[in-house]
Amino acid sequence: MAIDKTELTQMLSAMILIREFDELAIQLRVAGKIYGAVHPYVGQEAVAVGVCANLTDRDRVTSTHRGHGHCIAKGADIRRMMAELFGRVDGYCKGKGGSMHIADFAVGMLGANGIVGGGLPIACGAALAAQLEGQGNVTVCFFGDGAAAEGEFHEALNIASLWKLPIVFACENNQYAANNAVAVQHPRVEIASHAAAYDMPGVVVDGNDVLAVRAATQDAVARARRGDGPSLLECQTYRWHFHAMRAAVPAETRPAEEIAGWKARDPIARLAQHTLAERALSESEIDAIRQRVKNDLADAVAFAEASPFPDPKDLLVDMFAE
Amino acid sequence: MREITFQQALEEAVAEEMRRDSRVITMGTDFTGDPVKEFGPARVRFTPISEAVLTGMGLGAAGCGIRPIVNWRMVTFSFVAMDQVVNQASKIRYMFGGQADFPVTYRCTTGGGIGLAAQHSQSPYSMWMHLAGLKIVLPSTPADAKGLLKSAIRDNNPVVSFECSRLAAVKGPVPDGDHLVPIGVADVKRAGSDVTIVGLAYYVQEALAVADDLAREGISAEVIDPRTLVPMDVETIRSSARKTGRVVVVDEAPSTCSAASEIAALLAEDPETFRTLRAPIRRVCAVPVPVPYSPPLEKAALPSREDIKSAVYEVLKESLRPV
Repeated sequence: MAIDKTELTQMLSAMILIREFDELAIQLRVAGKIYGAVHPYVGQEAVAVGVCANLTDRDRVTSTHRGHGHCIAKGADIRRMMAELFGRVDGYCKGKGGSMHIADFAVGMLGANGIVGGGLPIACGAALAAQLEGQGNVTVCFFGDGAAAEGEFHEALNIASLWKLPIVFACENNQYAANNAVAVQHPRVEIASHAAAYDMPGVVVDGNDVLAVRAATQDAVARARRGDGPSLLECQTYRWHFHAMRAAVPAETRPAEEIAGWKARDPIARLAQHTLAERALSESEIDAIRQRVKNDLADAVAFAEASPFPDPKDLLVDMFAE
Repeated sequence: MREITFQQALEEAVAEEMRRDSRVITMGTDFTGDPVKEFGPARVRFTPISEAVLTGMGLGAAGCGIRPIVNWRMVTFSFVAMDQVVNQASKIRYMFGGQADFPVTYRCTTGGGIGLAAQHSQSPYSMWMHLAGLKIVLPSTPADAKGLLKSAIRDNNPVVSFECSRLAAVKGPVPDGDHLVPIGVADVKRAGSDVTIVGLAYYVQEALAVADDLAREGISAEVIDPRTLVPMDVETIRSSARKTGRVVVVDEAPSTCSAASEIAALLAEDPETFRTLRAPIRRVCAVPVPVPYSPPLEKAALPSREDIKSAVYEVLKESLRPV
């Protein structure tokens, strides 16, 4: 099915924005302008963008510790994301959450999560709410290959299938759980193979091909919207950088040829080539997208730097609802 | 006033709140009676034994406008869901900057004394108090059980309802109508002037029995029930301590880092209360062992009326000593 120019432009823009946002986050962390930990999403952009291309603001997603890409793809405002990284009051969490806890409930982004597997039960709850609401909305639960070794993964798939919850389990298999290769963690490296045990479709897709991810998600989302229950979608991809950094960029431990092989399958270059080949976008239009992303990020940093730090007297604000 | 059991009071609370608000749903492996008949299978959910996912589902659904009640059955089982309790439920609102409310109620039984041995005889109130982000109710009477659980279901935060096993069959008067007990308000269960006994759950009932005995000896004991552990109504407890000058705290959890310890510290660190104390604060708690099965061993592990009475005699004796 042909995808129109507007949507191709949106997808390419979002992927470039995600990449440049996290490349910038690394620089900002090295420069000491932001704090804590950074888990870059670079290399995995096609997953968040291809999946979220099928969602509306009324659909919800849960995310992971590597969550910036999911936020951007779901429509969060990069100025407020950046302000959160800077620990400022105009950040999504007023500076209380930081990189690992960005959420934007207004666009259905129910939060990043610092615990591997921790978002799976919460996503099932969002799907239960959608089922009770009966409006045909769905939930997408993003998680990594590492989470498939957690008990929460198995409990979530079991109950979601049992109750036919409108949910898509979107596994980003980036080949490493923290610093351990997927084969060190799982007897079967295809995470989608777990679907059979829970009586739901399990699909493996090239997670570096945004159009393939978009198409596979479309089927899973349609199934969920129809009330036929969950699917497990495994998007095979690769993170270009380290698992996590704090003050310094950690040394690379993965084989150089493996990294080079995955970089040759750069999801952004592939979509750009596709749009050029299809004559959907020209070189100059793609350059214009890159320039706009650069400007938007400069604007986001300026917004973040202009925002004040939280006042320590507000330490207890937001603890409990009225 | 009609008398019903603690357990009946809790079931009434759930049914009334489900009638009142269609967003209230309940999830558990088992239910008393047949709530599906009245509320239907969409709102009364029989679940697999999957505490982690249920705990997180309650939270996730709450963040999307549903008001779930998740019944862990026993606090023991909640430990299987520690990630969802500790890392998610207690922190989610604050760490997201208050973007959403999470009106979920977690219910479970607590406590020993009924021969269920180590794993099923726990009172880990203080573990949850420590998390700073969960409200915690701990009723001691049928009326409070009903009123607090109804308030918990209406509260816009995660609330844990600890329901003491030894109280399940205890009967007591419960007001008719929409009976609510506010969260965060302690109750003076018996007024007195010589000594304050702060009891928790079953040990409120035990403290009242001891107070009757002491009255026959001419000792006037005031019995305070905090009813809510988070937020703690410290002022009511301090006022009583300032009046009597002597405090005994009774809790069936072991004393180490316990709710009893917290109450003792809240009294001792308040200058005004400290200056009125006439004897050291005494804690009467469980022996720090896994609660054993055999009746004489279990009895030895948990506080008894004799232990409470001895502690009262000691604080009275202590206050007679010259400073």
